Amino acid sequence: MNEALNILTRGFVRENPVTKMLLGLCPVLAVTTSAVNGLGMGLATTFVLLGSNIVISLTAKVIPDTVRIPAFVLVIATFVTIVDLLIKAYSPELNQALGIFIPLIVVNCMILGRAEAFASRNGIWYSVIDAVGMGIGFTLALFVLSAFREVLGSGTIFNMPLVGEDASTILVFALPPGAFAGLGLIIAGLNALEKKKGGK
Amino acid sequence: MQELFLVIISAVFVNNVVFARFLGICPYLGVSKNLDTAIGMGFAVTFVMTVATAITYVLQKAVLIPFGIEFMQTVMFILVIASLVQLVEIVLKKVSKSLYSSLGIYLPLITTNCAILGMALIAIQEDYDLLTSVVFAFFSAMGFILAIVMFAGIRIKLEEADVPAPFKNVPIGFISAAILSLAFMGFSGLVK
Repeated sequence: MNEALNILTRGFVRENPVTKMLLGLCPVLAVTTSAVNGLGMGLATTFVLLGSNIVISLTAKVIPDTVRIPAFVLVIATFVTIVDLLIKAYSPELNQALGIFIPLIVVNCMILGRAEAFASRNGIWYSVIDAVGMGIGFTLALFVLSAFREVLGSGTIFNMPLVGEDASTILVFALPPGAFAGLGLIIAGLNALEKKKGGK
Repeated sequence: MQELFLVIISAVFVNNVVFARFLGICPYLGVSKNLDTAIGMGFAVTFVMTVATAITYVLQKAVLIPFGIEFMQTVMFILVIASLVQLVEIVLKKVSKSLYSSLGIYLPLITTNCAILGMALIAIQEDYDLLTSVVFAFFSAMGFILAIVMFAGIRIKLEEADVPAPFKNVPIGFISAAILSLAFMGFSGLVK
């Protein structure tokens, strides 16, 4: 049970796919203009990760080693297509906001990375836990960055205004440079925290 | 002609793949440690991106649309890119040993470079014709080279700089990228 708990929680902060391993950064930077988009992207990616980890952990033994990567990519692409169709059907606004980054979940290196490094070598039970843990970590990172950018850039959170109508906001955080700067600041902050903890 | 020119300016500067579209960030951070590898990666990407966009365009018009199976787009495109990368690797190995040894290591990485799939999807979304799509893909790759080479230059300087401890390595890289991206925003409004 301890082992399972360890696998689950390491993706949250310690081995966070975004801030620690720097995987899957394209959607992280691109869609985090508002907290809703960040959460939506995080959940969609988690769903694909969960699906692909389950299928890959079940089939890894029968897939020949030479066609491993194309086979994994195909599995992932199938789940991405499912998510794409689901979002199109149930939430056209989210589909509009995330745009081509939904099909691009296929090339999110985090998913292929987990398939290769974890799911293909472990049983289904641990692979599910791993997918949930990593998915939560990814969603958390997206949510923090997108909330940070939405509050500073547009003065709202979940589209609810925090400041008065005519207050001026730091617009640059809603624009592309703010994505790079925001993520840089968050990682630097985590580094500083870690150092402080280690020093004690 | 004028329209093509606008597509070129837009792809290289205004909608730069890295700074405005956020595609290909992983190789942008990963292989920009020195100039030679950055240029090598850039050319490998250029080749695959141009050819992949041409093939996926034809597939979209000749197979997916006539058969009404547009929902297979993602699966089909990623398969095309993965096999294309494999093909390029095999051909390069046979034809030019020296080119293979300099580009070879980047090729497997290209499959998961989201810029390739991204460009193929955008070319279809924007409803470009075949020529425009190919020109668009080629010059987007040029924009990628521009970004990655500039960033490699900055990183070499950064190594000698005295950076506050928590900002070392990755965070300062992101901050520099933010400033570069800010500079590229100066081009916005140039096209449309």
